[in-house]
Amino acid sequence: MSKRNWFIVPTAPRLAALTGVCLILAAGCEKKKADGEGGAKPAATAADKGAGDAAMPGVTATEIKIGQTMPYSGPASSYSVIGKTEAAYFKWLNDKGGVNGRKINLISLDDGYSPPKAVEQIHKLVENEGVAFTFNTLGTPSNTAIQKYLNDKKVPQLFVATGADKWGDPEHFPWTMGWQPSYRTEAQIYAKYIMKEKPAAKMCVLYQNDDFGKDYVKGLQEGFGDQYDKVVIKTASYEASDPTIDSQVVTLQGAGCDTLLAAPIPKFGAQTIRKVADLGWKPLFFMSNVSVSLTAVLKPAGLDKSTGIITGSYLKDPSDPSMANDPGMKEYLAWAKQNMPSDVDATDLNAVYGYGAAMSLVQVLTACGNDLSRANVMKQAASLSHVKVPVLIEGIDISTGATDFRPIQQMQLRRFNGTNFETFGEVMAGS
Amino acid sequence: MTPVRPTAEIAGPTGRRISGRMWWLVALLVAVVAAPFVLSSYHIFQATQIVVYAIAVLGFNLLTGFSGQISLGNGAFYAIGAYVAAVLMTHANLPYWATPPIAGAVCFGVGFLFGRSATRLEGLYLALATFGLAIALPQILKLDAIEHWTGGSQGVVLSKPASPLGGLLDDDRWLYFFCLAVAAVLFTVAWNVMRGRTGRAMIALRDHAIAAGTMGIHVPSYKARVFGVSAMYTGVAGALSALVAGFVAPDSFTFLVSIAFLIGGVVGGVASIFGALFGAAFIELVPDLTKQVSELWPSWHWLADVQWPAYGVLLIITMMVMPGGLAGLVYSVQLRLAARARGAQPPHSPRS
Repeated sequence: MSKRNWFIVPTAPRLAALTGVCLILAAGCEKKKADGEGGAKPAATAADKGAGDAAMPGVTATEIKIGQTMPYSGPASSYSVIGKTEAAYFKWLNDKGGVNGRKINLISLDDGYSPPKAVEQIHKLVENEGVAFTFNTLGTPSNTAIQKYLNDKKVPQLFVATGADKWGDPEHFPWTMGWQPSYRTEAQIYAKYIMKEKPAAKMCVLYQNDDFGKDYVKGLQEGFGDQYDKVVIKTASYEASDPTIDSQVVTLQGAGCDTLLAAPIPKFGAQTIRKVADLGWKPLFFMSNVSVSLTAVLKPAGLDKSTGIITGSYLKDPSDPSMANDPGMKEYLAWAKQNMPSDVDATDLNAVYGYGAAMSLVQVLTACGNDLSRANVMKQAASLSHVKVPVLIEGIDISTGATDFRPIQQMQLRRFNGTNFETFGEVMAGS
Repeated sequence: MTPVRPTAEIAGPTGRRISGRMWWLVALLVAVVAAPFVLSSYHIFQATQIVVYAIAVLGFNLLTGFSGQISLGNGAFYAIGAYVAAVLMTHANLPYWATPPIAGAVCFGVGFLFGRSATRLEGLYLALATFGLAIALPQILKLDAIEHWTGGSQGVVLSKPASPLGGLLDDDRWLYFFCLAVAAVLFTVAWNVMRGRTGRAMIALRDHAIAAGTMGIHVPSYKARVFGVSAMYTGVAGALSALVAGFVAPDSFTFLVSIAFLIGGVVGGVASIFGALFGAAFIELVPDLTKQVSELWPSWHWLADVQWPAYGVLLIITMMVMPGGLAGLVYSVQLRLAARARGAQPPHSPRS
């Protein structure tokens, strides 16, 4: 027997096969990733790498270098549309001359929705690329993992892309700021509506047993105040690993509720709608705006069964026919037609989100003028007053202050009419 | 005569080879000690990560490469190690340096008990059982009953270990040397174990379990113990990873972690101790490298889309060209050079 085979243990062929199979599995999970054409290219040449004066790291006379991590691979890769849209927006803006004569160089790295990978990539962005700040990094776990590091280093963690409530905490984390309304704000708005329109409601809550779901319960508690125990008569939770939520829905119906708030992820959102309809239960039905996608939730559940569902929204929806003549929506669609990367669907709400977030950042950078120090970026981000963004629903604007690190705090309710959502009522703020 | 199949680390009979290896070790030592003083702080972070992965991959190699039990569940022990460290630091106020040994001990216990029952299964069945562990663990960490300690899906944020030699070494470099010291101890232990009786018993188990049994090796007990030791190595690595990342959460420990160890083990050379270093460097550096290479020519957009396929193809080629992994390649080059120096024919000349 040849010595050459010393390292080939008997299991080697099997292992090789196994590795192959696992990779195929992993690839299956990853769906589509990579930045695509519009993807942020770390176009840094040797000349501009790490340049910039000491007071304004990442900033030169012609460029502002910023960074973010996005799940371009892994289980949450469908969100990476946000990063792709932002890169496309900055590219378009740079072609027009940038902000105050400086081009925005967004370095968008893949973290695969893995917190340790996000930590590594943020180290790379801050220490190697020398970015001025991070912008719209996606995911609650990833942002939690990097928050302490960025605050210790005094690097702005601007407009994080997550709906958790903890980002508006300037006292403890003065370098971190959210962007979208939190789940708690959303639940407060539902509570406000119920108190006004149906004060005698008997309410049930179905939520996913994690931070996302529990934030809705907390929001209702804050929204109803001392009325909470009177209004909410039953809550039920499920685990993300459960096969179905049928028994929870049956329990809630049995409690005699006439109002239901469901805070599930899309898969269970579809199940909830179907089960509620199958039971012949007709509550006033609120659904978390995480789970109101036409393709992922309402169509699988059945459009007829989804009729009447109410949700809160802050972004204009390109699939809403009433938006056809909306100037802001027209502006967005016209831009998307020319500039959106070919692998991004312009009607995807994530794309609208990326467009809105990128525009908000441009407002901050414009306000900074020539002082792009990290402290001034944070100061200007905390000094936004009724800033309009075309893709936010009319009446919703962005306002922040030294103690208010929650840029968007309003929503408008929308009801599903069998084919699309129709907005109704006033724009409302949380309590 | 059919030669006994030794592992590379069991030194050959000639003094020449041993001295050659000594030089190699000295060079490696100089490189790893000098590295943090020439690298930027991000690259020190990466180097620390490689050291941590190397320990975990070594744990995988001990189990799968040396004793032939395929595990796809080592990511679970990595997670347990990380959480033990995190909970001890936040709830028991233990200093960070005390956590890796405890995490190792806990993982040894869990691994031993799991191995006790799971190693009744063989080959791919064992792989599947361990894979189940890796898939289940992130959910278990979210359980309400232990949320007080684990922080549920929010995870636990840890503060970075501060350097006791503030003026001489900054925190990043200190953490690197701390991990390096732990790795040095664990690699030395593994090296010695594999050269001794226990190591030969493990290899015998892998090559022919029945024959090993008739030779007087208690097969189930050995398998369970090896499983425990592998879990211990992985757990220590997990504890260090928690210190390095400064954060633990269920999302940090998906089944992809276990697969990363599998890739690291196979690419580095699964029946090799120092192959773990190559494997660790591979899983840390190559995914980013393929991304960078795919972006070298910005006008070829499609290159960016094939980053992951490129990684996969690279893996497949690696497996076909060097089935013994990188360590196997290094070893065969070594052999050939030694043969040339003696003026003899290479021990196995290429197809000529």
